[in-house]
Amino acid sequence: MSLLTVENLEVSYGLIRAIKGVSFHVEEGEVVSLIGANGAGKTTIMHALCNLIPKAAGTVHFHDTDITAVPAHKLVPMGIAQVPEGRRIFQELTVAENLRLGAYTRSNKKEIEQTRNQMYERFPILKERSKQIAGTLSGGEQQMLAMSRALMSHPKLLLLDEPSMGLSPLYVNIIFDMIRQINKEGTTVLLVEQNAKKALAIADRAYVLEIGKIAKTGTGAELLADDGIRRAYLGD
Amino acid sequence: MSTLINGLCLGGIFALIALGYTMVYGIAKMLNFAHGDIIMIGAYAIITTLSLSGNTIAAIIAAIIICTVLGILTERLAYRPLRGASPLAVLITAIGVSYLLQSIAQLIYGAQSIPVSIGSFGAVSVFGLSIPISSLITLALCVIIMTALTLFITKTKVGIAMLAVSEDRAAAQLMGVNVNMIITLTFAIGSALAAFASTFYLMQIPSATPTLGSMPGIKAFTASVIGGIGSIPGAMIGGILLGIIEKFALSIPALAPYTTAIEFSLLIIILLVKPTGILGKKRREKV
Repeated sequence: MSLLTVENLEVSYGLIRAIKGVSFHVEEGEVVSLIGANGAGKTTIMHALCNLIPKAAGTVHFHDTDITAVPAHKLVPMGIAQVPEGRRIFQELTVAENLRLGAYTRSNKKEIEQTRNQMYERFPILKERSKQIAGTLSGGEQQMLAMSRALMSHPKLLLLDEPSMGLSPLYVNIIFDMIRQINKEGTTVLLVEQNAKKALAIADRAYVLEIGKIAKTGTGAELLADDGIRRAYLGD
Repeated sequence: MSTLINGLCLGGIFALIALGYTMVYGIAKMLNFAHGDIIMIGAYAIITTLSLSGNTIAAIIAAIIICTVLGILTERLAYRPLRGASPLAVLITAIGVSYLLQSIAQLIYGAQSIPVSIGSFGAVSVFGLSIPISSLITLALCVIIMTALTLFITKTKVGIAMLAVSEDRAAAQLMGVNVNMIITLTFAIGSALAAFASTFYLMQIPSATPTLGSMPGIKAFTASVIGGIGSIPGAMIGGILLGIIEKFALSIPALAPYTTAIEFSLLIIILLVKPTGILGKKRREKV
């Protein structure tokens, strides 16, 4: 059984069918990337997976549990965390409060503190700024905070929506290194990205999304070498 | 000096009510125009339990319980089915709930005002000034309640979750926060504060009518907008400011008849100068 199995997912905005029957799966331990142009429906899929928007059709399974209709807040204790597009950190709260909210569904204070210290070790800047209002962090620091906040729930599956959006090349590298690291430590990653080159390079497998449908699939390396993909997404 | 204390006292009452408006607005993103009528129901709850038991404390506790349950029920039955509906539909529903509560009270208690006395406390003289003890009790309790609320919101996990829901509901859900539970809790807290407000209101004006909640409700709403709606310290500042202004205007014979006009003019001026209110922040557009 795959860790995440999505079958025939359809999502509509009013009369417009944005996602037209998408199926994919994520195996335990993998990094799976979902690439595609702006408007292909990547973020829509991420929102629909966590029921932030309703699904028109299709099923989603986590291990063998049907989570098609499980509300977002109940997915977190099951082991699914999402870093939403645009980071969506709580700007008016402190860095420490943001991290604390990431561990909202956990109750063991000692373990929470342990996880937090791991985050602080990984990103000493977050420790330095722990009392600071999160809105004052730079974009890259906010992305680090958003990812650390998601990891505070100790997820088995991490959903990352456009983590490199709006970041300088330096931070893009840092963030992708962090994704690799998180995955090495045992967290499965589903990554949605516009930066196709980076996303394919890091991925065990990837899916190419075109106007609401899966157009191509393969290993990261296969797709990186694919002529059509190179022309359409890698600017070669 | 005694005007100032009276003003602080009235301001504390306004602030308690304004907190209900501002928290519900901040977290549920709606204006609960039935909030003033919760105060009215609280007043009648006090009158009824007082006449049954004769015990003031029991009456106040009964009012807190009844108001809290009523707040939770109105949210569940009237507002939750409209989650995601247009703000106008929710606003009209809130006005409907307001009339419903007033009509129910009128059916049960009639339209005439019912006198009530919550114990008589007399007055103490401080530096030659005679200050009613009821004012001091009101003032002290308002300070305690607001401090407790501030600590709850800023220091506890659930309080911080309330702030998170207020800032970004979807992101809070992704943290595992049950937004419906937080909204229910917000209505419960707001309504419990309203019950305290009814107690203090009856100490100042010892009679009740079915429309008793309208004026303090509207003034507290004004206070929360002046302070910056959605902001908890803003509601406290706005409420106290409005209370002091009201009492000072009333103490000057030439201004007294225009007191309410002065208060609402202040609202208009604030809206012209700083539309988000004293502590209101500009909402960042979310992508």
